[in-house]
Amino acid sequence: MPAPAGLCCKPGGFHIDPVRPVERAVITHGHSDHARPGHGAVLATQETLDMMRLRYGDNFAAATQAIRYGEEIRLGDVTVKFHPAGHVLGSAQIAVSCKDTCIVASGDYKDAPDPTCAPFEVVSCDVFITEATFGLPVFRHGDAADEVNKLLASVALFPERAHLVGAYSLGKAQRVIALLRAAGYDAPVYLHGAMEKITRYYESRGVALGDLRPVKGMKKADLAGTITLAPPTAISDIWTRRFPDPVTAFASGWMRVRARARQRGVELPLVISDHADWDGLTATIGATGAGEVWVTHGQEDALVHWCKTRGLSARPLDLVGYGDEDDSETLPAGEDTEA
Amino acid sequence: MNRFAELLDRLAYEPGRNNKLRLITNYFRAVEDPDRGYALAALTGALSFKHAKPGLIRDLIAARTDPVLFALSYDYVGDLSETVALMWPKREVNQNESFPGYHTGGTDDGPQTHNLHNNPPPPTLTEVVTTLRTLGKTELPKQLARWLDELDETGRWALLKLVTGAMRIGISARLAKTAAGALGDKDPHEIELLWPGLAPPYLDLFAWLEGHGEKPVNRDPAPFRPVMLAHAIEDTDFTGLDASDYIAEWKWDGIRVQAVSGRDERGNMQMRLYSRSGEDITKSFPDLLPSLRLAGTIDGELLVLRDGRVQTFNVLQQRLNRKLVSPKLMKDYPIHLRAYDLLADNESDLRELPFAERRARLETFVKKLDDARIDLSSTIPFDNWDALKAARADPAGAGAGEDAEAVEGVMLKRRDAPYLPGRPKGQWWKWKRDPHVIDAVLMYAQRGHGKRSSYYSDYTFGVWTSGEDGEQLVPVGKAYFGFTDEELVQIDRFVRRNTTEKFGPVRHVVHEPNQGLVLEVAFEGLARSPRHKSGVAMRFPRINRLRWDKPPREADRLETLRQILKTESTAAGSH
Repeated sequence: MPAPAGLCCKPGGFHIDPVRPVERAVITHGHSDHARPGHGAVLATQETLDMMRLRYGDNFAAATQAIRYGEEIRLGDVTVKFHPAGHVLGSAQIAVSCKDTCIVASGDYKDAPDPTCAPFEVVSCDVFITEATFGLPVFRHGDAADEVNKLLASVALFPERAHLVGAYSLGKAQRVIALLRAAGYDAPVYLHGAMEKITRYYESRGVALGDLRPVKGMKKADLAGTITLAPPTAISDIWTRRFPDPVTAFASGWMRVRARARQRGVELPLVISDHADWDGLTATIGATGAGEVWVTHGQEDALVHWCKTRGLSARPLDLVGYGDEDDSETLPAGEDTEA
Repeated sequence: MNRFAELLDRLAYEPGRNNKLRLITNYFRAVEDPDRGYALAALTGALSFKHAKPGLIRDLIAARTDPVLFALSYDYVGDLSETVALMWPKREVNQNESFPGYHTGGTDDGPQTHNLHNNPPPPTLTEVVTTLRTLGKTELPKQLARWLDELDETGRWALLKLVTGAMRIGISARLAKTAAGALGDKDPHEIELLWPGLAPPYLDLFAWLEGHGEKPVNRDPAPFRPVMLAHAIEDTDFTGLDASDYIAEWKWDGIRVQAVSGRDERGNMQMRLYSRSGEDITKSFPDLLPSLRLAGTIDGELLVLRDGRVQTFNVLQQRLNRKLVSPKLMKDYPIHLRAYDLLADNESDLRELPFAERRARLETFVKKLDDARIDLSSTIPFDNWDALKAARADPAGAGAGEDAEAVEGVMLKRRDAPYLPGRPKGQWWKWKRDPHVIDAVLMYAQRGHGKRSSYYSDYTFGVWTSGEDGEQLVPVGKAYFGFTDEELVQIDRFVRRNTTEKFGPVRHVVHEPNQGLVLEVAFEGLARSPRHKSGVAMRFPRINRLRWDKPPREADRLETLRQILKTESTAAGSH
C-alpha cells in the first residue's frame, strides 16, 4: 500500500492523504501536510472540505464529496467508512474493508478530550495504521486544563505584560481558547490575523469560543494583561514588538521536552497536544485488537519496538511528506507568517 | 514539593531578572513554613547532603523500563534526570484508566477524572530535605523510587535535580535573598548582614520579613558589612569638584573583597573572606587566612603577587571559582590583599568616621599586622585634576611602577565621606583608564532572550588575517551590549537584510571586504585562549560605536590584537 504519493489503495483506486496530486484522494483531516490541493476527486468530511476551500480557494480539487462519520461508501472493490479521530474539527480515521480484512488509517488522532471536535472512537480492525508523532515514552501529556491554569496563573502574576500563546492555527488555537473558557476566563482573547478565518469557521460550526478580537490595531498599552493567540512562527519575531514585555508561551506536545522549549525561546511551555501521547498510542493499538500495526510519521522505531514486545507484527511505513504541524518550517510559505 | 517544582520549572525558562524575582517572591508569599525556608536554602545552595550519583538513577530506571525504549528516549531528550522524570512508569493504574481517554466527549468528564497522580500524596519539600539529611546510602534508592512514584513529571524532574545537586537554573544566592527581602520590603543588604547567623528553614527570617517577629540577630563573630561602591566619573562631573576634597588611589584590577576577623564566644579567632556582594569565599583562599590574625574588617582588593609584582586579572582568574585549592595552585598563584579601607578595628565600628580618619587607622592597622601578604593601597599625590589625569594616563610614571598593567584606573574618595553601603552620590568616584578599541566586522548575529527575543542582539565579530585562501575574517569575540536601543534597531534591520545563511537562532551576516558592518569594539584586556580559533579572548567586550562609514576591508587585523596581547603579557609575566 505505501506509494510515493502516500498511502495507496489499489483495489479501491484511491490514495489516503496523498502528498502529490492524484486522481482520487481520501483525506483524513484539514492540516496542510495531509490535505493538499490539486487532486482530481476528494472524499472527506464536510469540515475538512471546508477547511481546504478556506485555505486553497474554491478550485482546490476538480470534484469533492462529503461523507459523515459512520457513513459507508463503496469505492471500487472496497468500502470506506469514516470515524472520528479526535484530532481537530472534522478529523477522521478511515476504515477500509475488503472482503474479510479491515484496515484503519487513523491519520493524526488523540484520545484526550477536546471540546472543539468529535471524540476519538476506537475502531476494531485487522491492520491499524498509526501515527507516531509522540511515539516515545517520555511523551505523556497530562491534563490540558492544568496547563491552561498555568497560563492563567502567569497572567495573574504579570498583569502588566502581554501573554502570547503560540498555537497552530487549525485546531490547537481553538482548543486553547475553549480550554480558557472552560477554566472560567471570559475576557476577550486576541487573535493574530492568520488565525481569524479558521477560528471564525469553528464558530460557524457551533464551537462556542466567547469574545474574540483581532489584535491588529490594538494599542500596545491596552494589551497588558491580555492573552493573544498566534501561529508558532510569529511568537519570536518582529510581530511581537507590538506587545508590552510579552511572555512567550507555546502550546504543543513538544513542550514536554525542555530542550525543545528552550530552542524556541519559549518562557512558558504549555504541554497541550492534538496528538495521542505514548500512553494514548499504546492503549489505542491494544484496543483496536489489530494483529498488525503500520507506523507512520514520527518516532516509528520506539513504537514498532513496543508492538513487537507485545507480540504484534509491526513495521514502519517510512512515508515522506508528513510533518508535525508545530514545526512551522514544514508549513507552506505564507501559511502562518503573514501578519 | 509540587509547588517548589513548579517554581523551578518556571525559573528555568524565565530569562528576566525582575521576573525571576517576582516568581520567587510570589512563591515565598504563597507557600507556608517550613517548605519555603527549605526552598530558600535550596536556591542559595545552603543545603548539604550526600548527593545521589547518576549511576543510582540509571539503575532505578533500568529496573523499570525497556532498555531499548530508554535508550531511544535518552537519546532524544539528552538529559538523564529529565528522561527519567518523563518516562518513570506510573506504579499502578486504576481500572478505568487502563485504556485512558475513551471519554464520550469533553463535556461530561467531570472534575479532573483522569488525575494521573498516584494514591499517596506527594512528599513535601521539607519531607524530602529532612529525610535526605538522615538517610543512609543503602536506603536511598528505595526512598527515591517511592518519591518518584508519588510525584508528577515536573516534581520528579525537580526532585532529581535536587538530589543530584545539579540545579543549574541560573539563580544566584543573591537573587534568592533579594526575593525573600521583597516579602518585607527589605534591602537584600540587610538580609546579607543577617545571613551568616541564619539556618534553614529560616523561620525567624520569614517571621521578621512578614512583620510578626523580631529582627533576627547576627551573632556571627565575623559578619559581612555591606560594601560601598563608586560611580563612574564623566568629564562633566569634574567642574563641581574641588581636588583638595579628595584622596586618590589606584584602582587595582583584582577582586574586591572584605576580610573579617573576630573572636567567637569561646575566644577563638574566626576569619572570613567575603565577595563584594557578601558571598562567603573563605574556602577558596585558605592561604590568606593566617594573615588575618588581628580582629577587624579590611576592605581591599584580592590580587596575585609574584616576586612582589602585581599580576594581571588573567593570572588571578586561575584562583577564582575553585572548589579544590591545591598546594600547587597556592604556590603558583600566591594570593595577596591590598587594603583600601578599615571598617572595624577590633570591636569598634569605624564606618561613621570620615575616610581620612579611617585611612589613618588603616595605616596603623596594616603596620601592626606586619604581614607580607597584606599591604596598603598607596595614595596618588595630586594638586589639581590635570595632574591626576596625567597620573591616570601614565600609572607607571606616577607611582604604580612595574605594577602599572594591573591598574584599571584611579579612585577618588572624599576625605570626609563616611563608609556608606551601596553607591551613594558624590562620595566615591572611579575613573577608569581608556579601554582598548578596535574596529571589527560583524560576522554572525543571534537572537536575544526575553525582551530582546525578537531582536538579533548578540554579535560575533572578527578581524582580518592572512589565511590559506588569502585575506579572511577570524572571529575574535562576542558582544551583546554597549549599543543604544536605537542602534539595536539599526543593527537588527541590517542583520535581517544582509543574512546569507540561517542556522536556528543564528544568522550569518554578509562580511566581505566591501560589504558588511564595522563595529567599534571596546574591551578591557586580552588573554591567550587555545579555545578560540583566533587564539585570543577579550575581556568585557562591548559595542562602542557603529562604523557605517567604514568599509570592512579597513577593519583591524589580528596582528593588532597580538601586539596588545604581547604588551599585556610582558607586563604580567614574571615566568
